[in-house]
Amino acid sequence: MKRFLYEISESWKIAAAQMRANKTRSALTALGVIIGIVAVTLMGTAIAGIQSGFDKSMSVLGEDVLYVEQWPWARVDDWWNYRDRKKIKTEYAESINRMIAATPHSNLIVAVPTSSLIKGVKYADNEVNNIFILGTTSDFIVTSTVDCKEGRFFNEVESKGGANVCVIGYDVADALFPSGRALEKMVLINGRSFKVIGVNNRQGTFLGLFSWDALVVMPLPAFNKYFSAKAESDVRVKVQDKTKLAEASSELTGLMRRVRGLAPEKKDDFTINQQQAFKSTLDPVKNSIAVAGLFITGLSLFVGAIGIMNITFVSVKERTKEIGTRKALGARRRTILLQFLIESTALCLLGGLIGLTVAYLMCFGIGAALPSFPINFSLGLVLTSMLVSILTGLISGLAPAWSASRLDPVTALRYE
Amino acid sequence: MSMLNDVTTRPAGPIVIDIENITKHYVMGEETVHALCGVTLQIRRNEYLAIMGPSGSGKSTLMNMLGCLDTPSSGRYQFNGKNVSEMDDDELAAIRNREIGFVFQTFNLLPRSTSLRNVELPLIYGGIDPETREERAAQALRDVGLGDRLLHKPNELSGGQRQRVAIARALVNNPSIVLADEPTGNLDSKTGQEIMTLLENLYQQGHTIILVTHEPDIAHHARRTVFLRDGLVESDEMSSASRIKELAS
Ligand SMILES: Nc1ncnc2c1ncn2[C@@H]1O[C@H](COP(=O)(O)OP(=O)(O)O)[C@@H](O)[C@H]1O
Ligand SMILES: [Mg+2]
Repeated sequence: MKRFLYEISESWKIAAAQMRANKTRSALTALGVIIGIVAVTLMGTAIAGIQSGFDKSMSVLGEDVLYVEQWPWARVDDWWNYRDRKKIKTEYAESINRMIAATPHSNLIVAVPTSSLIKGVKYADNEVNNIFILGTTSDFIVTSTVDCKEGRFFNEVESKGGANVCVIGYDVADALFPSGRALEKMVLINGRSFKVIGVNNRQGTFLGLFSWDALVVMPLPAFNKYFSAKAESDVRVKVQDKTKLAEASSELTGLMRRVRGLAPEKKDDFTINQQQAFKSTLDPVKNSIAVAGLFITGLSLFVGAIGIMNITFVSVKERTKEIGTRKALGARRRTILLQFLIESTALCLLGGLIGLTVAYLMCFGIGAALPSFPINFSLGLVLTSMLVSILTGLISGLAPAWSASRLDPVTALRYE
Repeated sequence: MSMLNDVTTRPAGPIVIDIENITKHYVMGEETVHALCGVTLQIRRNEYLAIMGPSGSGKSTLMNMLGCLDTPSSGRYQFNGKNVSEMDDDELAAIRNREIGFVFQTFNLLPRSTSLRNVELPLIYGGIDPETREERAAQALRDVGLGDRLLHKPNELSGGQRQRVAIARALVNNPSIVLADEPTGNLDSKTGQEIMTLLENLYQQGHTIILVTHEPDIAHHARRTVFLRDGLVESDEMSSASRIKELAS
């Protein structure tokens, strides 16, 4: 056992000396592995980044909120079956709330209507466009994960009375009130003024595509008074227990069918959406990145492995006499096998380390260039790359190391 | 040149090498080369033996056999009472590591390793711990007069010094026999004589030395000369300068 350890440590020293002696050759040979590891690391980082960014974005939608909408979020292939659906009306929320109240042990807590459209918002000389204007009730805070950074959300009185007040998103506040102090100011939306009573915390972006913070929320009656014409509406329903989403969803379906007065044989003419639907739309994206990444990784590791096998064969050939000498001095087959396996593995590990460094720097660069893209350079990824490198080294070294270990000492010693 | 073997011939000990009717043939395509055609030989502890013979007579083949680098095609080989002809590769490696010290004509040092690391090599394969290893390797190098060259690499040493490193490496495991195949073949005659003096000292210290050479000047350092011709022992007798010259001519 001890002897085995000495042989291993000796082999590492030889491998290091060998690489030092043939720097260019080693670097060139390791190139395939370097590219492979860069590919696998970047792929992993991209997938993890997209996933975590996605999860973060999704959390804004809320895990325990069902969305009653005209169409499903997930892509459908038979869109013609959906095209004639009626719009969702905000009044449904009141009906649903009444039914929830009448149902003992309902899985649902409260239904919140929302109506929205895109408009510009102005304050003095500052103006921001493409802002998501949302009309809703004071119950909205129950379905939302957003907190107010300053001020407060509108209360039930303001909600029912349709007061001209609003809560603005972080980005809106930032753009209109660069010096802060947004509260109590009057902002103009479509020529109407609304008093700012709250500013939301920063929510971040949806994968860097659009911001959850470019948002203005106001009481529904106020919204309807000025903007109802082109608005899109839905009803959000908070559920009791997020582990019972399926039950909640079917209960809500039943309520909605009653609201819509659907005969039993009729199909649903609305959709209950939940963030899960989005998750499934992400899978194809992740899968195609993984397939592309794995293809590049596999190809470059394959090329790299062949290169390393080749160079190890060359190394065995060059050092045939040395192998003979070592055998004469008492090296066993295992010793020689181990020595060359460790040499090819060391080469691959070196490639892996270089690849990781390159990938890390690239991620760092991407992170600096696109701050909104979530970079996730994980320890798991580092370990995976190291493992992949070691495996590549072992596999590519096996054939040459085996042939070296089988060399006849006399023949090897005679080799010039 | 004085005849060293006239000075002292040490009493030989128990039998170390006992070979009986050993043959070795190589099959080369259609042809079979008979390198050894039935050699019988006994070598005792603390002998100093030279194997002589013309080129192609089977000296190196016999040497490889004695050094357990190769196994005979037929015949019996006992090393310290153990039957070598039936051992597998790893058992042979273990015997070589513990019992045999090789000195090669071309030194066969690892070019990128220091003297110390070169000499440590057999100890690594013998599973000796690092501190003891370094101690013993350094001592072996001091014993061959290279105490001040421990950290030199082979290309920083002269030919004679390299062969001394090789001899230190051969001795470091305290082997039963030292096998030297043409140890002076790559050295000038003066350096060659120095190496022969070193081998003589080792013999005087109690080592068993087997020397392969085709040079009578080198062979006469040994106390006993085995002369091979065409894979057979032609003569096996106590060395005497005139007899060696006669055989070699
Ligand atoms: N590995 C081998 N394969 C084929 N023939 C060999 C091999 N080794 C030695 N021989 C042949 O065996 C004979 C003896 O060789 P060798 O022992 O090297 O002689 P010497 O060392 O006395 O010059 C020679 O004819 C040589 O060609
Ligand atoms: Mg020879």
